[in-house]
Amino acid sequence: MKKASKIITVVVFIFLYVPMLVLMVGSFNSGSDLVVFKGFTIENYKALFADRVLLPLLLNSLIISVIASLASTVLGTAATLGIQRMGKKMRRFTMFMTNIPMTNPEIVTGVSLALLFAFAGQLMKIKSILGFWTLLIAHITFNLPYVILSVQPKLTQMDPNLTKAAMDLGCTPVQAFFKVVLHEIFPGIVSGALMAFTMSLDDFVISYFVYGPNFVTLPVEIYNYTKKPLHPKIYALFTLLFLAILLVMLVMNILQARDTARHRNPRLKAKAGQPTV
Amino acid sequence: MKRQFLSGPYLVWMFLFTLIPLAIVVYYAFTDSVTGSFTLSNMASMGSYLPIFLRSVWLAVVSALICLVVGYPVAWCIAQTKPMTQRFLYMLVMLPMCISFLLRTLAWVSLLEDTGIINRLLGQIGIGPLRLVRNDGAVILGMVYNYLPYMIMPLYTVIMKIDHRLVDAAQDLGCDGGQVFLRVTLPLSVPGIVSGVTMVFVPAVSTFYISQKMGGTTSTMIGDVIESQFKTAYNPNLGAALSLVLMVLVLVCVAVMNHFTGEDESVVTI
Amino acid sequence: MSKELIRLADISMAYDGEVVLNNINLYINDSEFLTLLGPSGCGKTTTLQIIGGFVKPTAGSVLFDGVRINDIPPHKRQVNTVFQRYALFPHLDVYDNIAFGLRIAKLGEDEIAKRVTEMLEVVGMRGFEERKVDNLSGGQQQRIAIARALVNRPKVLLLDEPLGALDLRLRKDMQVELKRIQQQMGITFIFVTHDQEEALTMSDTIVVMDKGEIQQIGTPEDIYNEPKNAFVADFIGESNILDGIMRADRVVEFFGRRFACVDEGFGKDEAVDVVIRPEDVDIVPADGGHLCGTVTSVTFKGVHYDIIVDFHGFKWLIQTTDYQPVGAVIGIRLNPEDIHIMKRSKYSGMFGDYSSYSAEYDEIGDAALAEELEAEEDGE
Repeated sequence: MKKASKIITVVVFIFLYVPMLVLMVGSFNSGSDLVVFKGFTIENYKALFADRVLLPLLLNSLIISVIASLASTVLGTAATLGIQRMGKKMRRFTMFMTNIPMTNPEIVTGVSLALLFAFAGQLMKIKSILGFWTLLIAHITFNLPYVILSVQPKLTQMDPNLTKAAMDLGCTPVQAFFKVVLHEIFPGIVSGALMAFTMSLDDFVISYFVYGPNFVTLPVEIYNYTKKPLHPKIYALFTLLFLAILLVMLVMNILQARDTARHRNPRLKAKAGQPTV
Repeated sequence: MKRQFLSGPYLVWMFLFTLIPLAIVVYYAFTDSVTGSFTLSNMASMGSYLPIFLRSVWLAVVSALICLVVGYPVAWCIAQTKPMTQRFLYMLVMLPMCISFLLRTLAWVSLLEDTGIINRLLGQIGIGPLRLVRNDGAVILGMVYNYLPYMIMPLYTVIMKIDHRLVDAAQDLGCDGGQVFLRVTLPLSVPGIVSGVTMVFVPAVSTFYISQKMGGTTSTMIGDVIESQFKTAYNPNLGAALSLVLMVLVLVCVAVMNHFTGEDESVVTI
Repeated sequence: MSKELIRLADISMAYDGEVVLNNINLYINDSEFLTLLGPSGCGKTTTLQIIGGFVKPTAGSVLFDGVRINDIPPHKRQVNTVFQRYALFPHLDVYDNIAFGLRIAKLGEDEIAKRVTEMLEVVGMRGFEERKVDNLSGGQQQRIAIARALVNRPKVLLLDEPLGALDLRLRKDMQVELKRIQQQMGITFIFVTHDQEEALTMSDTIVVMDKGEIQQIGTPEDIYNEPKNAFVADFIGESNILDGIMRADRVVEFFGRRFACVDEGFGKDEAVDVVIRPEDVDIVPADGGHLCGTVTSVTFKGVHYDIIVDFHGFKWLIQTTDYQPVGAVIGIRLNPEDIHIMKRSKYSGMFGDYSSYSAEYDEIGDAALAEELEAEEDGE
């Protein structure tokens, strides 16, 4: 049984990565088709960097992702702090709202926001309300639950006496937050922000319903492209993005490893907790 | 200042951008697209979409079950390795999710199409060309491929948390390997199974891109219909009605699934 | 009546080249209560796991009723285990936890019901059948874990620090309870603990272990009264351990004075360790004793006082019911049977000096233990 599981595991990893390999090989293909490899070239990468359409779209995506993930991190972390102090009923209601975008199919979230914006557009008598702001609102909305669900466990794990100790030693509640609480929940905030960022960067379904012609993100444009044959420079872009995300994940991985190592060794933890100034 | 007030902006935000939009969906679902007056005709027309709903649920259920059967051994294997390896393998599972699923799906098309990579390879040993894409099988493959990580992650989380002394205890009480699995490991994995099945089922039942690219002409799914109501046919009222039904359908399914675990919060990972 | 049931022959165990057990030889009789006692890391739990079948020794044989069982997996052994922190199945209620092993053995439900009820009676937990195990207190979980193991009627019950997670009061009650259950069931208990008092209270036989080796095997009285080396003398109870020289049979010299003792068989002028238990020392007026010293500290312990007395720069712990003020000069008398002589060992000189004694020594020990347990939990 153990052997069978191992074989399945290897097969699954191959299954997961074969399409990526196809795309990466495609990025070095001098032919324009993924299917036939005509010869090795880096022309696609040159074309990508000379491109005046794709790169601005990537920039758009990055702008949206960065702003949306930062905004949702701040908003979400503040919310988590408040939720902890809420009464049972209020907390249930809040978590219910948090769970809506998590459980709802993405297409429903997209559609509902599209309708909201259309409705608002009618009210405000604006013809084309869809664009940067609608995308940003949508992204912040679906990012928020991820931030909350990643910060919340850290906050509940934290020893409540830490805050009391800080205040006992003369901190105001605000100082206690910045000097003690923030330090404790920081790993949760970072992973929440990174998660929000990657979700945002790759989001297609929701963006597809709320983007406007003036502000298009990369995934939406790729979707519009895939209705016709793709230019291989997109595969080059994919390859570069893949490597970038791989890098981010490796860094996250190392940070997490250090975090757990710190928790495993109380002495090291004590050292890390000392002020460095 | 009371600390609860820190949640204020969040609550306002979620009220404005999740609750109100849902209310608007309901409003559109019950109004006429031309006159804007109250009507039940959108909801009444749902009957004709029943076959598509059923197909969508069917394809999503099959995909979720395949993900479970394939994903369980993977999650189990990862949980057996050393902590450093676990972290790395877990990352490898998560990595594909962060990268454009459109392009990855497209890569599958190029692998599977009649003149695709697989058929070319098969052709060299004298088989084919086989019809690998533009059918339900291909849609299921696409869903399994895209959503398998959503299954593996929660399964891995619960399996990893199972106290190894419980396995020892079961062996001590006379269980052989298979019995340990059936009587201890599997029952204790139920929350992960429920969470994984939900996390695969929900996006699978509502997908539109996968069925467009991998499916045949008869593989239309409910997501395709909704998408076309907003993007080509422009009947947002019918689209809203379909969305509403889809949402209720998903909520019912999720509630039924969660009933198995006896708790109302699902295992959230990542 | 007591026949040999389990024998460990030349057992050695190493993880990644680190030796955990070194040449363990041990036999365990039927129906005896045997305790593996030692500080953490001494190899006692590994020994238990080897008997249970969870760990395979790198060398040596495990014999059960004379048959080698090294390669028999745990589920086929006639032993059951009460795990550290119990390992009750959280997805099953009390009844189903206890019935677990019987269902695996495919007994009829009637028989299962009868035996589970019987076992609940033995551990005093009737009426808890339907309870979720998570909602039980530590002591109750403990009893369920014992019932779950015993209901299978094993020939041997292995208990891995089962009382470690309980508070002091409950621990004392459970010690008596465990001994009663063992006598009632008439089977072998192999018990692992680091608590010497627990071992002395319950055991028929104690095996003292340290650094992967057996230091001494014997009855509680033997172990306490006739420790084999400085480690055992120090680990079991309190001991003053002095350097001495055997001048002849029944004559030992220390502090430049000869004392009568009851030990013989040592070489002439052999260097030895001399053990004097703190409660065996008689206090007399300064001029009437064998030795004369100054009281440097006094701690009230309830039943007695712990006093530290300085003899020529070597500090002794003496337990006395008579109060002696700090600074008092007192004499002591030692009767021949109060002096115990041990062969020199690698532990000589490491224990038995109370120069650094402080009244907090118990607390420090507890804190160190708590930290250890925590570290262990983290590791899992």
